[in-house]
Amino acid sequence: MWQQDRRYIKDPSAEAELYQGRAVFAIVVIALVFAVVLSRYIYLQIFQYQRFKTESDNNRVHVQSLAPKRGLIYDRKGRLLAENISSQSLVLVRERVPDLEDTLARLQQLLSIDDEDIESFRRRLKRQRPFEEVPLIFSLDEQQIAKLAVNIHTLPGVEIQAQLVRHYPYGELFGHVIGYVGRINEREQKTLDPENYSATYSMGKLGVERYYESQLHGQVGYQNVETDVRGRILRVLDQIDPVPGSDLHLHFDADLQRAGYETLAGRRGSVVAMNVKNGGLLAVVSSPSYDGNLFVNGISSKDYAALRDSPDLPLFNRSLQGQYPPASTVKPLIGMAGLYYGTVTPNTTVRDPGWYQLPKDTRFYRDWKREGHAARINVTDAIIESCDVYFYDLAYKLGIDKIHEFMASFGYGVPTGVDLTSERSGLMPSKAWKKRAHNLPWFPGETLNIGIGQGYMLATPMQLAASTVVLANRGQWIQPRVLKKMGELEPMPVRRNTLDVDPAHWAVIEKAMFDVVHGERGTARAASRGMPYAMAGKTGTAQVVGIAQGEEYDSEALAKRKRDHALYIGYAPADDPQIAVAVVIENGEKSSEAVKVARAVMDAYLLDEQGDLGGLGK
Amino acid sequence: MSSGEFVRQMSLGGSASSLRATMWQRLHIDPYLLLLLMILTGVGLVVLYSASGQSLATVKRQATFFFIAYSAMFFVAQISVDVMRRWSPFVYVLGLVLLVTVLFAGTVGKGAQRWLDIGGFRFQPSEIMKLIMPLATAWFLAQRVLPPRLKDVTTALAIAMIPAVLIFRQPDLGTAILVASAGLFCLFFAGLSGRYIAAVGGLVVVATPIMWFFVMHEYQKRRVLTLFDPESDRLGAGWNIIQSMTAIGSGGVEGKGYLQGSQSALNFLPESHTDFIIAVLAEEFGLIGVVSLLLLYLLILVRGLVIGMSAQSTFARLVAGAVSMTFFVYVVVNMGMVSGILPVVGVPLPLVSQGGTSLVTLMMGFGILMAISTEQRRLAH
Repeated sequence: MWQQDRRYIKDPSAEAELYQGRAVFAIVVIALVFAVVLSRYIYLQIFQYQRFKTESDNNRVHVQSLAPKRGLIYDRKGRLLAENISSQSLVLVRERVPDLEDTLARLQQLLSIDDEDIESFRRRLKRQRPFEEVPLIFSLDEQQIAKLAVNIHTLPGVEIQAQLVRHYPYGELFGHVIGYVGRINEREQKTLDPENYSATYSMGKLGVERYYESQLHGQVGYQNVETDVRGRILRVLDQIDPVPGSDLHLHFDADLQRAGYETLAGRRGSVVAMNVKNGGLLAVVSSPSYDGNLFVNGISSKDYAALRDSPDLPLFNRSLQGQYPPASTVKPLIGMAGLYYGTVTPNTTVRDPGWYQLPKDTRFYRDWKREGHAARINVTDAIIESCDVYFYDLAYKLGIDKIHEFMASFGYGVPTGVDLTSERSGLMPSKAWKKRAHNLPWFPGETLNIGIGQGYMLATPMQLAASTVVLANRGQWIQPRVLKKMGELEPMPVRRNTLDVDPAHWAVIEKAMFDVVHGERGTARAASRGMPYAMAGKTGTAQVVGIAQGEEYDSEALAKRKRDHALYIGYAPADDPQIAVAVVIENGEKSSEAVKVARAVMDAYLLDEQGDLGGLGK
Repeated sequence: MSSGEFVRQMSLGGSASSLRATMWQRLHIDPYLLLLLMILTGVGLVVLYSASGQSLATVKRQATFFFIAYSAMFFVAQISVDVMRRWSPFVYVLGLVLLVTVLFAGTVGKGAQRWLDIGGFRFQPSEIMKLIMPLATAWFLAQRVLPPRLKDVTTALAIAMIPAVLIFRQPDLGTAILVASAGLFCLFFAGLSGRYIAAVGGLVVVATPIMWFFVMHEYQKRRVLTLFDPESDRLGAGWNIIQSMTAIGSGGVEGKGYLQGSQSALNFLPESHTDFIIAVLAEEFGLIGVVSLLLLYLLILVRGLVIGMSAQSTFARLVAGAVSMTFFVYVVVNMGMVSGILPVVGVPLPLVSQGGTSLVTLMMGFGILMAISTEQRRLAH
């Protein structure tokens, strides 16, 4: 073999030796590195054992929030208006569901669940705590329960759970005023306390349920639970009980509510009945109504479309949102204003040819009675016979400023502040208002229309009732209230004394209103037959300008909807007023129809079962 | 048992019974390596059953993968080492082509482009590169005079780094590290001088900040950052590490007992059946389990290196050394990252973590070792 530099030829045995050395070195390195890795595990498992043991235990203990029981709602006689009934719901625990998508797809097919419901379930899932049950269906029907009973063992993490669901025993009778609870939507979510609502899935949406949401809801509770390796609850370690929501006792009287609702008999309209002594609302009817139970578990789109698209607008709360011309029902107040400001005396008379004309104006303002009521007429007769000419003249003489001031003190043009949601303020026009709203000066002719409760003037049935209470109380305003008692709390009526009117003047107006019902020429005399108590009141028929709601009607319906609104305000007994009632029947044409409704409500309040005048307002 | 004694025992066992040896030889199987692998994969299935929340389906699926992987190992073991050597440069070039293709036409999964669809069959070229790399580098170095000179070192480094960089771009840091280390360990066993190793060490120190600011992806940086302070992002990137450390630490010395590990059963431990499966083992079997597992790995590594010692060609030696050490990198990176001393780079615990692809390539690697181990005996007789 040639002698060559060892470095430039391959030497298999030297290379083998080289490898041997490197391999031994590698084994040493491996051992050292493994020692380092092992020391890390020794550090974690021996020196840090206690710390991680605790952390691991903390992982096994979970906090679950407990929903408080929602407060119940009673009427004044202790009848339940809103209760909680037990219902079966379908819940999922994400941690126990092996394949969420697959499970949801199977459940959707099995129980025919809407995509919409799946979507809202996904939203709820986002704010789920570990191992918390998240409801998918709130109220299972029997068919669904049967299907689940067969299949649930193939669906790990899916459970049927009993829970409390809101129920309204009177259904549509109290639809608008009690309102309803519904599932919390994303927008509401942001306004609620996330802690307190962590176990709550629904909240009050309307009416009493909404207004007293924070009182009805209560305070969330918590429990610490220990779970086994499968995530099932082994035991409850400790628990902070939820504080149930307060029970509400309302002034409402289901009998009066029913009397009003049934006498309206499906006609569009509203009845508001108030306790004259304390402002308690005895009945607040808006007809047609809807059943709040439909909304509790999410209303079906079909049911909702039916309510939304009905030309009778059942979702519209006429008592608080309906704004009507008060028409002749304002005449006692206008008359009172004339006496109060000294513009007229009880004996001042006006010539009534059946029309009225302003100086330097060619326009005729007609009375509803073409030939006029009498040659000359005073305030009492003008109220009894609802003479327009007298009040054109009086309104003109008073001027809009005084009328505005006087009417405002009876609550016109401002919300009553009743403890219900979405109340509207009506409209008591003034010069300032017209400048602001229409950028036009006030014309004297417009004052004339205000004198008979027409023109720009609008009032809600709630305002009509509240102003009737002021009349019945001789000038004392009491705020309408739904809530009578909540736990130990009995809210005091909010009272306010209005203008200081001469008692003699009150007596004049009261006598006139008594005669409206009981006098032989009174506009409501037909209703007083067989009435065992004395009622004072005032009728009204409002020309329909159309409630601006942008609805399209067919022509026959249109003709019906051009008829006058029928109105009535009244209180009874006339000598010691207990109850005040305001009634509006849209396109009711004859005010006597409104009187009948008011009487039915008053009868329900004042008469005992034998139809006798029992204990008043018991 | 010290590693020296172990080596002696192994070589004794190798020539004990010529009858048995011929049987194993005909099958091209190294019985010691096979036994160790069977124990390890058995442990893997047991731990997986617990880690998957006692899912028999998962275990069955993994068992199927094991069957495929063992078959692949057996198949590879039948290929003669010489054939491997001759084919390795071509396979290497093919591997590079596939890696480039993945970058342009690969399927995206979990934010990275790793998969290639060919006729409905999905696979990761980067996985195959784990096998090709030791072969290709060894092929090159075996032709050179060893220890290698600077020119050869540079070429070998290029052979190792080009695919590693391509894989890193996918991005898949874990596989890139494994592929690069296969090439680098070839160089090490070829007798790379200590000066070069020191130089590379220096280069790493210099390159680290450059990598950090110019090369690394945001998610990779986040992983590194949370390594140093997992508490800074308890519910985000730090969650995995905190939960796996809790699982390991709460296992203590003796462990909580099989199927009693609450961390994984209650799903606090993410990826408990894949990359983080060692945390389940540590929680349920404690430090004893961890030590036993490390010992098992140590035995497999030593056996691999010993096979290299008795290999007849330089190529076979380099391949055996590199394959064994790649396996070592797997173990260290995985156990290090799960216990919170290395960044989370997505390297599975070899032969224990669930997952088919890496399992098959690992076992094919052991197939190469077996081919080397049985070939030497054929030559000796």
